[in-house]
Amino acid sequence: MSGIPHDHYEPKTNGEKWLNSRLPIVGLLYDTLMIPTPKNLNWWWIWGIVLAFCLALQIVTGIILVMHYTPHVDLAFASIEHIMRNVNGGYFIRYLHMNGASLFFVAVYIHIFRGLFYGSYKAPREITWIVGMLIYLMMMGTAFMGYVLPWGQMSFWGATVITGLFGAIPFVGDAIQTWLLGGPAVDNATLNRFFSLHYLLPFIIAALVVVHIWAFHTTGNNNPTGVEVRRGSKDEAKKDTLPFWPYFVIKDLFALAVILVVFWAVVGFMPNYLGHPDNYIEANPLVTPAHIVPEWYFLPFYAILRAFTGEVWVVQFASFITGGIVDAKFFGVLAMFGAILAMALAPWLDTSSVRSGKYRPMLKWWFYLLIIDFFALMWLGAMPAEEPYATFSLIASAYWFAYFFVILPILGVIEKPLAQPETIEEDFNAHYGKADADATPAE
Amino acid sequence: MFKKLAIGAAFALALTPAASIAAGGGEQHIEDFAFSFEGPFGTWDQHQLQRGLQIYTEVCAACHGLQYVPLRDLEALGYSEEEVIAYAAGNFEVFDPELDDFRPAIPTDHFPANTGVGAPDLSLMAKARAGFHGPYGLGINQLVKGMGGAEYIASLLHGYTGHEKEEAGTVLYENTAFPGGWISMAPPLADEQVEFADGHSNTVEHMAEDVAAFLMWAAEPKLTDRKNAGFVGVIFLTVLSVLLYLVNKRLWAPHKGKLRKED
Amino acid sequence: MSHAEDHEGTRRDFLYYVAGGAGVVATGAAVWPLINQMNPSADVQALSSIRVDVSGVEPGTQLTVKWLGKPVFVRHRTGAEIQEAQEQDAEGVDALPDPLARNFNLSADAPATDANRVMPSPEGEAPGAWVVQMGVCTHLGCVPLGDAGDFGGWFCPCHGSHYDLAGRIRKGPAPENLPIPPAEWVDNGTIKLG
Repeated sequence: MSGIPHDHYEPKTNGEKWLNSRLPIVGLLYDTLMIPTPKNLNWWWIWGIVLAFCLALQIVTGIILVMHYTPHVDLAFASIEHIMRNVNGGYFIRYLHMNGASLFFVAVYIHIFRGLFYGSYKAPREITWIVGMLIYLMMMGTAFMGYVLPWGQMSFWGATVITGLFGAIPFVGDAIQTWLLGGPAVDNATLNRFFSLHYLLPFIIAALVVVHIWAFHTTGNNNPTGVEVRRGSKDEAKKDTLPFWPYFVIKDLFALAVILVVFWAVVGFMPNYLGHPDNYIEANPLVTPAHIVPEWYFLPFYAILRAFTGEVWVVQFASFITGGIVDAKFFGVLAMFGAILAMALAPWLDTSSVRSGKYRPMLKWWFYLLIIDFFALMWLGAMPAEEPYATFSLIASAYWFAYFFVILPILGVIEKPLAQPETIEEDFNAHYGKADADATPAE
Repeated sequence: MFKKLAIGAAFALALTPAASIAAGGGEQHIEDFAFSFEGPFGTWDQHQLQRGLQIYTEVCAACHGLQYVPLRDLEALGYSEEEVIAYAAGNFEVFDPELDDFRPAIPTDHFPANTGVGAPDLSLMAKARAGFHGPYGLGINQLVKGMGGAEYIASLLHGYTGHEKEEAGTVLYENTAFPGGWISMAPPLADEQVEFADGHSNTVEHMAEDVAAFLMWAAEPKLTDRKNAGFVGVIFLTVLSVLLYLVNKRLWAPHKGKLRKED
Repeated sequence: MSHAEDHEGTRRDFLYYVAGGAGVVATGAAVWPLINQMNPSADVQALSSIRVDVSGVEPGTQLTVKWLGKPVFVRHRTGAEIQEAQEQDAEGVDALPDPLARNFNLSADAPATDANRVMPSPEGEAPGAWVVQMGVCTHLGCVPLGDAGDFGGWFCPCHGSHYDLAGRIRKGPAPENLPIPPAEWVDNGTIKLG
């Protein structure tokens, strides 16, 4: 592996040499686990481990739920109740899976915003960023399809509304929607294919996670200063880094344990808090719930989807120049996916020569505003589509796009960055003081 | 600054359930009852559940089913196996496809479904309704008071004002707890309608609470097990956190100097 | 090495061991539910014990019920049948293909006498009036027919095994007597299986 110079695995015994010449797996694991990691990583860098844990948790609990679940419109809802009432410990496993999705998204959003603040997307880490965005998209698809499986009212109507988005695509929309659903409406065919894909996608996510890790192990981690690790020699690199094991593994596990205390409390004491009561009513194609609200983690983008109505001049303009092909409905869909695409394009939209937001006095404030904007959108996504929320949604959506397409490119030109530390070692010592034990390593 | 802001934001994010905004009806009046099963350490009041079962059996069961609840689970209400057998056989008949006929229910059967007059099944009613919302879609009320499914049921049962109106051939009854204010269910409970063996109060208010507690049990029979598992897990993970904190501190100590500065 | 350093080292190791131990306990506690969920669920367990109403089973007839997914024969024998079974007994259990009672309610080495094969009778009935046994041929698992075979008991049509009036194998390829499940009287008209 290229990247930061460090000691590699050396097979010593004959047995190790025998294996290594045939399958260098120990070396691969060793290099992955002992990867030199910038020693100044702060607590915002623990969410990767939380995400890995979430993926494992969801896959393990998911496989268990499948042992008891029946993907059929007549039986799905009852089989969930079977899990909740009859299966040994089934109620807890199911609540873990339900709330595990929420923890997954809490972690992924913090992880993404950490990257946005510290410039983790910037060269040479664009591939890491893009793969991360793909993982995020797949997570959304997986979560959406998983929510359909209990076959409650929100499952059914959520599926109806979201697949309806594809129906907005000009010319081929209806055909695509029918193809997605396997029929004119959400029904047994839909449930079965969503079940199949909900089972498949996590494994594709797992594969993408490997690529994600591979990519940033090649470039090295970013860090709060955005200053690269010195790579002139092993000794130089050692001054800026510590091996991932044990230093960061233990640190991350500590953080994970603290987060799990909160998670466990939610699962144990209020497992339905983040859910929707309507999903405890079996799906009924003839009765629509009063308010169809997506899960909280979709709300910001749901708000953007709804913000662009026919009254908005941008929408009217788009409709005019495309001869009506892009109507309000399709524009909303484009805006929603565009909002995610905007994030994915950040590496090329950000023109600043400085990586970390710590040293960008102007970006900081625009970034804090983006965080507020995100929560505003989340809240607006849950409010009814009426005034004044519609106007607020439009403003909040506009800022989201402005941040990526206007502010990021312009700031790079007009902003005067602060002085950055020369090295990671300098930054670390400024925080913690020069270690008196530098001569004597940990053991 | 960024840290504090983001922590606050992450916290707010964790506390914003989609559910909170669901049934935005601000006119609903839901009373916040102090049920014994609420809170992290709350457990069932078995006598209350037994009274609730009696009210369900004598009143609600006439129109409402409870199809996801197995009769055998009634042993959790403090009944013996024999009592459950007698209760099942004495109150319900189920269709047995093997006999191709109806027969008295046995404990391995579920409570029967009841679609006779189109009344909703009550198995999950206490989880399918949220008594508390907001404020402003923030979900803080649910965090403080709970989801309020049982509160909704109890409030509904004695929320009748006595007014009625006829609409499209159906009589609607005014109810302060029902979204929209008019419900098609006639007031089901009347004072002293059900006689309890232990002579417990049988006013509408008390009976409403009892049957709401029973329906909460029916919807979430594993509530106490869940809380126990949650409690043990929280304690254990806290201990693990402390241990990992100490390990982490000691591990890093040689690499950090004496100068300590806040991040 | 100074004494103080040594002490320090021990304390550090101790912390690591405690933390490691807690990690192992956490993993173990997390793994057990994952295994336990595959054990029979509450609805399946509830079916492991059923009550059979036998008040309508007249002498000389039998009732077949399903228990644990398999048929169980509940036979109400007539006086003549009891007598005939006891006469079959006289040939001695050692002469039988399977000399063991195969009765779950008795010890594993109980001999296959008629008395060891029947239910204890409820009050007011002749001893030996009730035989309850699994309706699964011990040869290859077919369901034997009642009131058939050379010994007046059951006959398995698949490969021609003959069972007598107490469900003991007498002739044919089956190696063992029909097994008797855990059974007891709840009241005079009800048998509890399992």
